[in-house]
Amino acid sequence: MEKLGGKEKRMLIRIIVALVMFAAVFASDLIFGLDTVFEGKFSWLFPFALYLVVYITIGYDVLRKAALNVLHGQIFDENFLMCVATLGAFALAIYRGVRGIGTDGFEEGCAVLLFYQVGEWFQRYATGRSRKSISSLMDIRPDYASVKRNGEVVTVDPSEVEIGEIIVVDPGEKIPLDGKIISGRSTLDTKALTGESLPRDAQEGEEVLSGCVNLTSQLEIEVEKEFHDSTVSKILDLVENASDAKSKAENFITVFAKYYTPIVIAAAVLLAVIPGIVTGEWSVWVYRALSFLVVSCPCALVISIPLTFFCGIGAASKRGILVKGSNYLEKLNGANIFVFDKTGTLTKGNFALASVNPPQKKDEILKLAATCERDSIHPIARSIIECYGGKTEDGYVLTNVAGEGVKAVKGDDVIVCGNEKLMTTEKIEFVKENASGTVVYVAHNGKFEGSLLFADEIKSGSKEVVSALNDMGCKTVMLTGDNESIAKDVADKLGVCEYKASLMPQDKVNKVEKMLADKKAKDVLCFVGDGINDAPVLMRSDIGIAMGGVGSDAAIEASDVVLMYDDLRAIPLAKRIAAKTMKIVRENIIFSLVVKAGILVLSALGLANMWVAVFGDVGVAVLAIINAMRANSVRDERTNSKRKKS
Amino acid sequence: MKKVFRLEDLDCANCAAKMERCILKIDGVTDAKVSFIGQKMTIEADEVKFDEIMKQVEKTCKRVEPDCRIVR
Repeated sequence: MEKLGGKEKRMLIRIIVALVMFAAVFASDLIFGLDTVFEGKFSWLFPFALYLVVYITIGYDVLRKAALNVLHGQIFDENFLMCVATLGAFALAIYRGVRGIGTDGFEEGCAVLLFYQVGEWFQRYATGRSRKSISSLMDIRPDYASVKRNGEVVTVDPSEVEIGEIIVVDPGEKIPLDGKIISGRSTLDTKALTGESLPRDAQEGEEVLSGCVNLTSQLEIEVEKEFHDSTVSKILDLVENASDAKSKAENFITVFAKYYTPIVIAAAVLLAVIPGIVTGEWSVWVYRALSFLVVSCPCALVISIPLTFFCGIGAASKRGILVKGSNYLEKLNGANIFVFDKTGTLTKGNFALASVNPPQKKDEILKLAATCERDSIHPIARSIIECYGGKTEDGYVLTNVAGEGVKAVKGDDVIVCGNEKLMTTEKIEFVKENASGTVVYVAHNGKFEGSLLFADEIKSGSKEVVSALNDMGCKTVMLTGDNESIAKDVADKLGVCEYKASLMPQDKVNKVEKMLADKKAKDVLCFVGDGINDAPVLMRSDIGIAMGGVGSDAAIEASDVVLMYDDLRAIPLAKRIAAKTMKIVRENIIFSLVVKAGILVLSALGLANMWVAVFGDVGVAVLAIINAMRANSVRDERTNSKRKKS
Repeated sequence: MKKVFRLEDLDCANCAAKMERCILKIDGVTDAKVSFIGQKMTIEADEVKFDEIMKQVEKTCKRVEPDCRIVR
């Protein structure tokens, strides 16, 4: 990068020098008339000589490249075409000079090359800038790791650290490899990984991911993954290779670029020759043809379209949304069917105590239930024990009634805790709980005490995401393995358009297959899952979005978009980024094509000169690049601010 | 075998596209990508002949864009 900076600087100095020289020559031509130095037939010689010096100063590298490329048989090379156009302008000026119709035209050839160089410089500068701004924001690659070896801390390349070694991370440093904290407690900045700006506390025994920045105090970490398996490497791989999967728009540009230059050149030749023969005004038509050559490079499109996608993908990754390729960003823009897996995606997948009936007996019921469920590992049992929190009574003999519940017996004291079925087998009269969720009934010595209702908690943000997507005109569908009543309840709370309940994991694949088969060709189906057991569905759908996926290899492998942070609100954001990117892509394609076509027509009619043509070449490219860079900034409603570009 | 090379002084996007097209025509190259934005080149080619293929790739690059250097 620094080297490129040097090159940029040298080029800039050259451009300025040439510009000053050009201005000096141009001014003295206007004031004194350079063609008055020599008389008659050779009046062109003096301005020619001066302008040639300027020309060579600004364009020697273009001339050199053009010569090399022609020797290599590359006649469609832009350097060569630019030389033909500008030297052609010189030749026409000499021709006019010899015939005594004036000596204008040298300044034009010079200026065109000068502008061409200015434009090229700016293109290079702008692409370099945007590349840098994105790579610096993705700058999570650790440069070194401080590893403890033989009692000493040595600094090595992260790839040289082996599993089981202890690394030391000082405040302000990046954690280079995935591992577990063995000593120290600190706060971690996980922004680069998750887009979450709030620092996270971490202490002994906790797993930490590489790429986080240690903020407050020193940590010792036992390495659990080699560098190439660590989160940082995986993310970098993913982002760096994202531009390899090309979108339809990019493929269009590639094909377009292939034919555009030869066609424009062919048109230029025809424009010079045919009207030239017909009218005999060779200099007029050759001049118009030369203008064609100036706009013959499709560079504006070839740079700006991939750059727009690159900026869009960069904008997404800064916010913890890893998009695996431009094509997915393109598809995401058109995504209109969003299928969500319920548990773990829309809901937390835990069983939280929702209510107790009768409420005033809460503590008593919980205590009885906790006594029964003390040794159980069932998630509901764990939740009961957690809610109760107090000491359970000892001395009960616990019997597990499979699929029904638990019976606890101490002498003639009997507690029964379980579902409806258990109550029926125990012949206990109970009050049926009608709210949806998982219900646990508790009876003591044959008498019904009450019931506990457990429901899967809806994640914060799920509802607003569903309504945001509905508002965008998307169809939202929820798939779940839960029974109808739970599914309906959650679906109503979230406001999803459709839900499918009681699905076994393989049913989910079938359901999605069916939806894919039924949808219109234009529709794009997006499946959102946690990536743990829905890899087949993620792979099968048009776009697979895995949530909180950096931990799981399978999820990264199977999905097309990975949300690094477990927050559904990234989905509407990703869709907005995609929409903005595609809008810019369309703007750039239309703008470049219209301007180029317009200049070609105007040049052919003689209404545009070479000055306009050179704008059509480099000016359009520069404007398209600046437009492309806008894809990098999209409003993030989670923080309600535009992330500053660095 | 797949290998990624950094490119220096790759100055024009159209040349990158041209390079990619020409490299794809080289015998033994199964896939090639030249990224102007990333300033890098990914070559997928027959492992046995990889060095030989790379020599041709280098020649091709020089032909299309004389200033561009492949960093190995």
